[in-house]
Amino acid sequence: MSEIVLEMRGITKEFPGVKALDNVNLKVRSGEIHALVGENGAGKSTLMKVLSGVYPYGQYEGEIWFEQELCRFKDIRQSEERGIVIIHQELALSPYLSIAENIFLGHERARRKIIDWKQTYAEAQKLMERVGLDESPRTLVMNLGVGKQQLVEIAKALSKNVKLLILDEPTAALNEDDSQNLLRLLVELKKQGITSILISHKLNEIKSVADTITILRDGRTIETLDAAKDDVSEDRIIKGMVGRELTHRFPPRQAQIGDIRFEVRDWVVYHPQQPDRKVIDRVNLYVRSGEIVGIAGLMGSGRTELAMSLFGKSYGRNISGKILKDGKEIQVNNVQQAIRHGLAYVSEDRKTYGLNLIDNVVRNISMASLHNLSKRTVLDRKRESEEAERLRKAMKIKTPSLNQIVANLSGGNQQKVVLSKWVLTEPDVLILDEPTRGIDVGAKYEIYTIIHELAAAGKAIIVISSELQEVIGLSDRIYTMCEGRISGEVSGDELTSEGAEELQEKLMRLMTDTGGRNGANAS
Amino acid sequence: MQTLVNMFKNNLRQYGMVIALILITALFWFLTDGIILKPLNLTNLIAQNGFILVLAIGMVLVIITGNIDLSVGSIVAFVGAIAGVLIITHGVPIWVAVLVSLVVGALIGIWQGFWVAYMGIPSFIVTLAGMLIFRGLTLYLLGGQSLAPFPRSFQMIGNGFLPDIVDGSSVHVLTILLGIFFSILLIVLEYRKRKEGSHLQQEPVHFGWSLLRLALLIAVINWFAWILAMNKGVPIVLVIVLVLIIVYSFIMNNTVMGRHIYATGGNRKAADLSGIKTKKVVFWVFVNNGVLAALAGLMFASRLNSATPKAGDMLELDAIASVFIGGASMAGGVGTVVGAVVGGLVMGVMNNGMSLIGVGIDWQMAIKGLVLLAAVGFDVYNKNKAN
Repeated sequence: MSEIVLEMRGITKEFPGVKALDNVNLKVRSGEIHALVGENGAGKSTLMKVLSGVYPYGQYEGEIWFEQELCRFKDIRQSEERGIVIIHQELALSPYLSIAENIFLGHERARRKIIDWKQTYAEAQKLMERVGLDESPRTLVMNLGVGKQQLVEIAKALSKNVKLLILDEPTAALNEDDSQNLLRLLVELKKQGITSILISHKLNEIKSVADTITILRDGRTIETLDAAKDDVSEDRIIKGMVGRELTHRFPPRQAQIGDIRFEVRDWVVYHPQQPDRKVIDRVNLYVRSGEIVGIAGLMGSGRTELAMSLFGKSYGRNISGKILKDGKEIQVNNVQQAIRHGLAYVSEDRKTYGLNLIDNVVRNISMASLHNLSKRTVLDRKRESEEAERLRKAMKIKTPSLNQIVANLSGGNQQKVVLSKWVLTEPDVLILDEPTRGIDVGAKYEIYTIIHELAAAGKAIIVISSELQEVIGLSDRIYTMCEGRISGEVSGDELTSEGAEELQEKLMRLMTDTGGRNGANAS
Repeated sequence: MQTLVNMFKNNLRQYGMVIALILITALFWFLTDGIILKPLNLTNLIAQNGFILVLAIGMVLVIITGNIDLSVGSIVAFVGAIAGVLIITHGVPIWVAVLVSLVVGALIGIWQGFWVAYMGIPSFIVTLAGMLIFRGLTLYLLGGQSLAPFPRSFQMIGNGFLPDIVDGSSVHVLTILLGIFFSILLIVLEYRKRKEGSHLQQEPVHFGWSLLRLALLIAVINWFAWILAMNKGVPIVLVIVLVLIIVYSFIMNNTVMGRHIYATGGNRKAADLSGIKTKKVVFWVFVNNGVLAALAGLMFASRLNSATPKAGDMLELDAIASVFIGGASMAGGVGTVVGAVVGGLVMGVMNNGMSLIGVGIDWQMAIKGLVLLAAVGFDVYNKNKAN
């Protein structure tokens, strides 16, 4: 356990104008889970790209020692030959190929260039058992959820006789269940002697599995903590990441809660492709003006489907139920009507559903408000720019100019652009779906501040999140969702009176409450 | 200094195609001993390429939405055939025939737009089918024969000129006046843009640069007007093209519809969730393209003074090439009307120049293909370098 398997010494990597890595040192012991943490842009991914040969020898300074040998990788192939395999955040699987085909992609089990299917499936089956993937090896990857796809990636890594497994934000797209599975698997692989480097934003995960934690900040190694000896509490790690004590990860707030603004009654939604599958089952909820209501649910619980079906029936079919605003029933059959009635929906996936990445900041901000910014369909471009500039200041969007292409902004600033877009429509009800996903700690705090300001302005806000701390820290009241139903509600009194640990446990219980079958005695 | 260099780089990329157009023109000016810019040839060049520019303007909108229209060449032929049958065979009044032709274009657009936008069939397939359908219908209408000639007034569309306001002058006075009018218009627009620019918080364009650009543009316009004035003045085709450029540039830059078109092409899902009716946008872009293709068909038939079954063959490829040379992206969301027109002019100048120096149609095609590949390749290379 104490033998050093990997040592990176004095790694410096410069990009034009930026020093991404500045004399970074990293020592990984054999058979451990080594967590690499840091804010976005701290250099974690760059360091791993240096290690895996994405940035070949010669493009960086410093030395890489793997198993007591100096390594000079020219590409990923060479690092993989040594048993270093990196699994990126965006999975690199081919959706139309089977699990087995994906596992051996590039290393096909073949005799004289002709695939040996028997061997392929047999070996795939063995690897899948090792990672706990209970599927047929012939299943197409497109039919798997993200969690299982992640397992395929790991099986693929195992097929290459991996010694050092690098996982870049492996649980970012996973729900709590799948995340737990994955972490258990890492621990299992550790027992089999496989060393892992885990890059993650989720500090609770790190705390639970990591043996050693290295903290990077601004391209430098700040410190390495040993879980066996040092204090590795979340606050301790955060202190290292941001270099200052964060006593409040959520800004202080005095809630001013008014009357019921938005109410949903008996909302039922069926799956768009499978007409007899109920995705949302008789959901009832309400939000008061000035109130922030959290919806906590695991991925697959129907929280995004609920939000999108409420927002102009953008998801699902055979939708029934009532939507009331300020006590009156409203018809919301398409997005235009939703916007007209003062609804706004910020998607969990800003790149796919929120932004036109190839267009600039102004045009993204104005995208949902063009009719208000025009006279007889001719745009008032001056007013458009003025409004965008006002929001840029209010939201503290860091961009060299309003003409900057949105793709070039950081995740936090992109999210602020999406928020600006919806604030410009002057909504009364905002549904924020995972508003801080993939955003660094500093930007998260700013987003929370913005959410508070919106609530203070009397808007009714629904925040959907799978991060329990976020839901608890942000909400005045919480609904939990499970299997398309509202499985529980945590009142404001409970939120203020109970401890964080207690609340999290309670929420987790409600979120996994699968109804009468096994959840009856859980609450 | 750094900003100045950067600004030059940005502007260079922005005007890359314009510079390419100038270089290609200069090359042929040299190779043809100046014939390419002689008054008579310049007038010809416009008349020969007008309908391609009209097609390119319609096509760029389609391509910005992330679609393609392969049927426009066949629509040109079909509409020409309809005009021919109506006017030549049945003696229908010309204005009625023109109106019917444009309506037919709109109907074709509705047909194709319906399948693409509302039925979700890829535009490549729908318009490939359209290409065959309308070519077939053309052959049916004309019975495989050409129809000719059209009455003089119909020929005016493709071959006519604006009448002069002064009789008996050796140069066309109206043309000169139009040149001056456009110069003043440009100055006013530039002034307003600069004034607005300070509000927009945009990176200010360097004053010297915008002055230089303005001066060059005005010089080109007036010189161009002068050359046209020495022949017969402004061709009707040029009027049609200019009006379309102005109207469509305005639509794309300053109207809600234009924004919706860019947003639909840039990220359709995000546009949907922002309350943009993207199906409707795609549908109307196809209707619009049908009408413009019909207009091009009338111009083509008028120019040729006949309706022939082979009319407009491969024109869709010229239009598509123009749009991509003009900087549009296959993935949608990117492209400009002016870019497409400049791309069309690059193709036009090459067609005309190569014909003048006696390059055969075989090599003309091959060279145009290489230019298309080079233009888009250069663009992609630049983008990759920027990332």
